[in-house]
Amino acid sequence: MATTTRSKPLVELEAATVRFCGDSGDGMQLAGTQLTNTSALAGNDIATFPDFPAEIRAPRGTKAGVSGFQIRFANSEIFTPGDSVDALVAMNPAALVTNLVDLVPGGILIVNKDAFDEKGMAQAGYVTDPLEDGSLDGYQLFPVEMTRLTRLAVEGLGLGTKESDRCRNFYAMGLVFWLYDRSLEPTHRYIDAKFGKMPAVAEANRRALHAGYNYGETTDAMASQYKVEKADLEPGLYRNITGNQALAWGLVAAAQRSGCELFLGSYPITPASDILHELVRHKAFGVRTFQAEDEIAAVTSAIGAAFGGAMGVTTSSGPGIALKGEAIGLAVMTELPLIVINVQRGGPSTGLPTKTEQADLLQAMFGRNGECPLPVVAANSPADCFYAAFDAWRIAVKHMTPVMLLTDGYIANGAEPWKVPDVDALPRFEVKHPEANGDGPFRPYARDEWLARPWAIPGTPGLMHRIGGLEKQDITGNVNYEPGNHEHMVNLRARKVALVADDIPLQEVDGPASGKLLVISWGGTYGACRTGVRQARKRGGDVAHTHLRFLNPFPKNLGDIIRSYDKVLVPELNRGQLRMLLRAEFLVDAIGLNKIQGKPFAVREVLEKIEQVLQS
Amino acid sequence: MSTETALPVLTPGDFASDQEVRWCPGCGDYSILAQMKKVLPEIGVAPENTVFVSGIGCSSRFPYYVNTYGIHSIHGRAPAVASGLKIARPELSVWVITGDGDALSIGGNHLMHCIRRNLNINIILFNNRIYGLTKGQYSPTSLLGQVTKSTPGGAIDNPLHPLSVAIGCEATFVARSIDVNIKHLAATLKRAAQHVGTSFVEVYQNCNVFNDGAFEYATGRDVKADRTLELEHGKPLIFGKNRDKGIRLNGMTPEVVELGKGISDDDLLFHDERAPEPTLAYLLSRMSYPEFPEPIGVFRDIDKPRYEEVLSSQIDAAKQRSKGDLKTLFESGETWTVS
Repeated sequence: MATTTRSKPLVELEAATVRFCGDSGDGMQLAGTQLTNTSALAGNDIATFPDFPAEIRAPRGTKAGVSGFQIRFANSEIFTPGDSVDALVAMNPAALVTNLVDLVPGGILIVNKDAFDEKGMAQAGYVTDPLEDGSLDGYQLFPVEMTRLTRLAVEGLGLGTKESDRCRNFYAMGLVFWLYDRSLEPTHRYIDAKFGKMPAVAEANRRALHAGYNYGETTDAMASQYKVEKADLEPGLYRNITGNQALAWGLVAAAQRSGCELFLGSYPITPASDILHELVRHKAFGVRTFQAEDEIAAVTSAIGAAFGGAMGVTTSSGPGIALKGEAIGLAVMTELPLIVINVQRGGPSTGLPTKTEQADLLQAMFGRNGECPLPVVAANSPADCFYAAFDAWRIAVKHMTPVMLLTDGYIANGAEPWKVPDVDALPRFEVKHPEANGDGPFRPYARDEWLARPWAIPGTPGLMHRIGGLEKQDITGNVNYEPGNHEHMVNLRARKVALVADDIPLQEVDGPASGKLLVISWGGTYGACRTGVRQARKRGGDVAHTHLRFLNPFPKNLGDIIRSYDKVLVPELNRGQLRMLLRAEFLVDAIGLNKIQGKPFAVREVLEKIEQVLQS
Repeated sequence: MSTETALPVLTPGDFASDQEVRWCPGCGDYSILAQMKKVLPEIGVAPENTVFVSGIGCSSRFPYYVNTYGIHSIHGRAPAVASGLKIARPELSVWVITGDGDALSIGGNHLMHCIRRNLNINIILFNNRIYGLTKGQYSPTSLLGQVTKSTPGGAIDNPLHPLSVAIGCEATFVARSIDVNIKHLAATLKRAAQHVGTSFVEVYQNCNVFNDGAFEYATGRDVKADRTLELEHGKPLIFGKNRDKGIRLNGMTPEVVELGKGISDDDLLFHDERAPEPTLAYLLSRMSYPEFPEPIGVFRDIDKPRYEEVLSSQIDAAKQRSKGDLKTLFESGETWTVS
């Protein structure tokens, strides 16, 4: 391997943030994923932020088609993929012009010089060549003839120009791997596995990877290498995992630990489809996936499966959840366990399919006709999606209710190291289906101590019953239109959901138990908020942080926590939806930090707001 | 759970629920309910292994009136609810009860896809050519020019032929019967239950409040023999009070001919419900009054793989290959140890 003799000085860093960006066909997601896996295997803590356009292939070289993948790797625990970028790899002018804003002053800027022709620059809106006009003087600029050098590297393998150029991302990877002193081994393994059946392509990618690596090593262009040592993570076995993958695995694990079959009804939608792709691979666990004809069939098939005794799960994003609304109401009325997963994206309507947002909280709470409450659970990071799925499952079967599980595009596609749990230590929960006891007619709407009704399933003699969307008579479950019964049932369904508060952990606070400011956040903003609050505290700020997993019902002690601070700040990627709920529930004059740009919070944005509030 | 355990002899009473039936007096639904209760014991599936799923509409009240498991779901979605149930519990006997508005209007998409997947589900569509529950608007099977509350000037959209739709969706079993033709109805329901795959049955059903007499042309004592044609597999298409008329193909076009006068049975179109191609079934589904007698009986009955069976066999095969171990899953691919 080329790392045996080092020709240039090695500079130690605590952390580094790298972003690959180029055309959506340039293989930037792959480059980022390889650096992620390699860094994880090297023992760093990592966080990633893939950012890609809604168009599969926008016209080449245009700003609309720029795809990026950002990764932060560190020698200590990190919660976000970084506010700004230390090293930017731009494969063309459009990528440069759209991403340069995030590069730190003096940062490393590697560009594919060959893409800076007249057409490319015109498409990006450059009037003069930025590589020549001095506008990039504030950065460490490395213009590399990636196209030409990649073609040279793969010469003789019988590849056409187009195929040769498709190896450029490996050239870029090689260069970055050299820069951060990374092993090429994991990528070699990837190439063998992926292109094993196409020896010429595999060899070309290997050569391009090495050519990039050797460019860093041998040319005078780059003066030094950087090294980020292992992070001091909790001991154990780790793997890299994305939010969607963790969520799928959480469902598979919950199925096993509850002895309940998993049925997924799903319709493809960005950014949730990967959960379907993952679950369909787990038939060995008995997982039944059903790609339905539409969002409504996806949820109603899950309801049908739940009536049959399986755990009904449906995955979607905001627009799909809107279509499922009526059916979710049916699940509330029939009191069947169901998990509705919303991987949130920018809205309204089709909105920003590939960008993140948290604007479906009120939809989760209220987006159905009638008084239609259900528990709402939110995951806070890629790996946390695993445990959030567990929580949703446990509540759904124990309380006989649909549960809304919220994630978002940022944590769904983002990756981080996941400490592989001890399977035997995962929670187990019992699922009971009643048998006939000969004690009079079956009462499908009788209640247990949690106000949950019995989950009697077809195939059980003596328990035949009919359920549906019409109002139910208490206890008997018969159709009933009496005014008093309706009010009673509406209140009963609300009480049932409220009782979940007795079955979830009390809310915890990071920081002082009382003081000037409490930051309350939920969902995928966890990393930015936790980091921002801790940084503010380091700088002397009297501020604490609490992050909500359970949005409905709220943990029982949340009101007490809120009342222990002078002020409350609620950062959200929406116009203030949690803030509205907190104000309504606790009459607290919460302050908002709201960003609706399809992007996650930068830590500095949270930090600045905290300091501004503390000073006011 | 096996559905084939030795059962005590079942009677219609075993399938009668304790709920008061609330259809309008004189509604055709009563007859269909009665025939269903008569047929269910003959099928030999225990009530606890039978599930009726419905959507919204008058017909969709059906599940309340049979003592099996049942879901009265939401408008148009019964085929999707039933699909999920059948996939999760393939051993259950699953019936969908729907109407012309429920199945063909708001639920058209689910009907189409349920049929093409050929899940082993029985779909019974009560066609009364009107919206009854919402009190009299026209439906997707209302006839051109039909005057209803929402079409005072007469309906101006072309009606769907439910059986043509089903055949277009690759249906493996397609049949039609009539609410008042009770013996035929019972026999048709039984055939539907016996078919393995999606069975689609259209039942002409009179709504005596909002569309009374819609099928009078096909049910009137004096005219029904001339205006309907009972299909029999392998038999020529003969109809009429005196069984003296038949259907002959003239090129691709069917025509009514009189038997005798040089035309014999052998000149007629012969019914083949097992024809691999749906061409004949489709042609029959297009024959309507007054140009033609309307065929009743089984149009098509062929064997094709069932979605839930193929899925189950894939799952079984996957379980054979590996045993579904969480630890193995979690530790698959690249991992590293922090010590």
